Amino acid sequence: MQLDAKIPDGPIAEKWDRHRREMKLVNPANKRKFKVIIVGTGLAGASAAASMAELGYDVEAFTFHDSPRRAHSIAAQGGINAAKNYPNDGDSIWRLFYDTVKGGDFRAREANVHRLAQVSNNIIDQCVAQGVPFAREYGGLLANRSFGGAQVSRTFYARGQTGQQLLLGAYQALSRQIHLGKVTMRTREEMLDVVVSDGRARGIVTRNLVTGEVVSRAADAVVLATGGYSNVFFLSTNAKACNVTATYRAYKRGAGFANPCFTQIHPTGIPPSGDHVSKTTLMSESLRNDGRVWTPTKAGDTRPANQIPEADRDYYLERRYPSFGNLVPRDVASRAAKERCDAGHGVGPGGRGVFLDFRDAIQRVGRDAVAARYGNLFDMYHHITDSNPYETPMVIYPAPHYTMGGLWVDYNLMSSIPGLHVIGEANFSDHGSNRLGASALMQGLADGYFVLPYTIGDFLARAGNSGVAADAACFTEVEAEVNARTATLLAVNGKRSPDSFHAELGRLMWDKCGMSRTREGLEEALRRIPEIRAAFWSDVSIPGSGADLNQTLEKAGRVADFLEFAELMCRDALDREESCGGHFREEYKTEEGEALRRDDDFCFGSVWEYQGDDAPPALNKEHFTFEHVPLSTRSYK
Amino acid sequence: MRFKLHVWRQSGPNAKGAMEAHDVDGITPEMSFLEMIDLLNEKLLADGKEPIAFEHDCREGICGACSMVIDGVPHSPERAVTTCQVHMRSFQDGDDIHVEPFRAKAFPVLKDLVVDRDAFDRIIQAGGYVSVNTGGTPDANEIQIPKVAAESAMDAAACIGCGACVAACPNASAMLFTAAKIAHLGQLPQGQVERGARARAMVEQMDAEGFGNCTNHYECMDACPKEIHVEWIARMNRDYLKASLTAKD
Repeated sequence: MQLDAKIPDGPIAEKWDRHRREMKLVNPANKRKFKVIIVGTGLAGASAAASMAELGYDVEAFTFHDSPRRAHSIAAQGGINAAKNYPNDGDSIWRLFYDTVKGGDFRAREANVHRLAQVSNNIIDQCVAQGVPFAREYGGLLANRSFGGAQVSRTFYARGQTGQQLLLGAYQALSRQIHLGKVTMRTREEMLDVVVSDGRARGIVTRNLVTGEVVSRAADAVVLATGGYSNVFFLSTNAKACNVTATYRAYKRGAGFANPCFTQIHPTGIPPSGDHVSKTTLMSESLRNDGRVWTPTKAGDTRPANQIPEADRDYYLERRYPSFGNLVPRDVASRAAKERCDAGHGVGPGGRGVFLDFRDAIQRVGRDAVAARYGNLFDMYHHITDSNPYETPMVIYPAPHYTMGGLWVDYNLMSSIPGLHVIGEANFSDHGSNRLGASALMQGLADGYFVLPYTIGDFLARAGNSGVAADAACFTEVEAEVNARTATLLAVNGKRSPDSFHAELGRLMWDKCGMSRTREGLEEALRRIPEIRAAFWSDVSIPGSGADLNQTLEKAGRVADFLEFAELMCRDALDREESCGGHFREEYKTEEGEALRRDDDFCFGSVWEYQGDDAPPALNKEHFTFEHVPLSTRSYK
Repeated sequence: MRFKLHVWRQSGPNAKGAMEAHDVDGITPEMSFLEMIDLLNEKLLADGKEPIAFEHDCREGICGACSMVIDGVPHSPERAVTTCQVHMRSFQDGDDIHVEPFRAKAFPVLKDLVVDRDAFDRIIQAGGYVSVNTGGTPDANEIQIPKVAAESAMDAAACIGCGACVAACPNASAMLFTAAKIAHLGQLPQGQVERGARARAMVEQMDAEGFGNCTNHYECMDACPKEIHVEWIARMNRDYLKASLTAKD
């Protein structure tokens, strides 16, 4: 596999402008002759679909939901970063770039991150123009708050529903293009494979989830905006339907999968209350602005939080990281919580929890002010746990959240398959091995509104029309494979539900490839995963048929892909003999227990290339150079 | 805890549906309502029967996918929650619980508890936006908006598009949903240019979809998981009337 990142020449601050000057353009009258398929209509997909339709491309967008507004971007709570420097606290494009490269623990491509920081400001302008109701100060200007991993306030927010409001903005822009006839919107239609022939993506094969019909869809370019794969852990903060199928299928058709082991464990999830729990609910990172994290100083202290005096409380983040305190990045906060719980200081069910306490904030600014900032989050917590965070501290524990890994893309956001572009969480590009808070919304919208609409034009101008119709042999072959796979799944006729296999896989992955990883554990997982997979294919039960709405069948297909993908993830984690960001190998840590990066040997992105079901994937490397943010040990002390 | 669940089963859009009774056992108070249905579905599957089809996704009350009526109330008799946020501690051990899909002419049942809510998307497509293209917008702080107006717009914008308002209304009216979007954009300076045209287009689409009209029962507000207020309906009616009287076309 040839990996050419296509990073433009020139000083870093000028690369994007220079690239835009040099890219080829498609004549306005010719744009409508190019068909672009966009799979997924979350922040990245909806913004890309709307923007490209506005430019004049013939866009066909797909979602497996009943409406684009249901995408999981909607659940993002805290906010979106931008380098506006409205609070006058010393922020700049450079500082956002620097923080993001450092926050990602030096495993992202500098040029991409700088471009992200540059266009961050355009995103806020765009969203305000759309009518996104961001929080404001009394003078009528936009409000900001601070977030983990930064010492400036650069996060814009709409109460605790920022993702919802940004998604509705993009959804409305998309709706307008649907109304104008510029976007053909296909809801309840799931992509099951991508079609590649003569070295170029030609389209996709989908299944209509209501009628079961399998259909070929041809296009001149395909865009995947299908999100992340945290549901490989079964319990994660992702919505139930989030899955790896689209990106994994593309991988099996030749797209390189980069850094699959880079998963983010978010420090502030609500710990599961028992085996029945079907998903983890996240409490926004913004809570760490005012909440203080602590555990009892004495191991095994079972007194209720409010009866533990100040002297017996260990505010361990403030103790260990005095300069960032409760606002250390997510990977650091998660590991610190695990360390306390492993040492016997945990609270709540099974001792797997730490307190997030608002007592001092309520005393300082009053209950009303706290309610104005976090009211809906407090209500959500109260609903789930039946415990009132205004009166007793929340109990939180780290939970799988975001995946920095994804399909490899070059500077133009194109995968290693020409014509197949990947945007948002589905690609690997900007967050390295740890994403900073409020950066996911920024990246999704940067890719969709301001990057891909330019770069895809360059591809189309150079490559021309695909010229392969949906009835070509390459499509009918893939269609037949998709149909055969569905038939095989339905014919197993076993005893166990897809969910039971998913939960079994998830427990294994959380245990062996979760917050901390060891060689032994990963090797064991690599032995166990094929066993679970074999059991799945001999004992899964899917009642009903493939010819109508069958949610068990949908789930089974997604679980089947997770059962293969999990192996790739463990293989990547095993290969990466260092600790960086969210990837923590017990063998590689400092005396103080901090992550030990090994830049001499691992300063690269691991790009895995499929070699067939019976052969191990090949490892390709994209070496990262850091010319502007010098490689250094991250310190938040 | 144990319950007797009466669930609407319907094999397809044109099939005849019926209530089906199931005993569920081994439920704990911490379980969510959907986790109780997950458990029942596991049992159905183990017996080789088709699980109950229902919509859900984020399971934290924001995606708007849930579409169940529990004991006659959309989402649940509890106030201001989506079905996914309801926990079994809200029920009494031994209760009979009735579960049906959202019902409205404009929301046809696809299967069991799954309904087709595309009509809502078409209402937004008719005009629920500010017509700005990507790029070329002014600096965000060039538009000053009083905090009170921004907060009020956010109150209306909090709608999750679930359709509980329609399911709760005796007329199956979509006025709360439509009014919320009109109020969100209509209270902001960015939304003024198209304010009248938006109100007309959205209301006309709403009527074309077969939703009923408001006769002031306020059941919608009661059922709304985000507590969207009916005052927006009055505001929508004013915008619509004014736009209709002054329209040039």
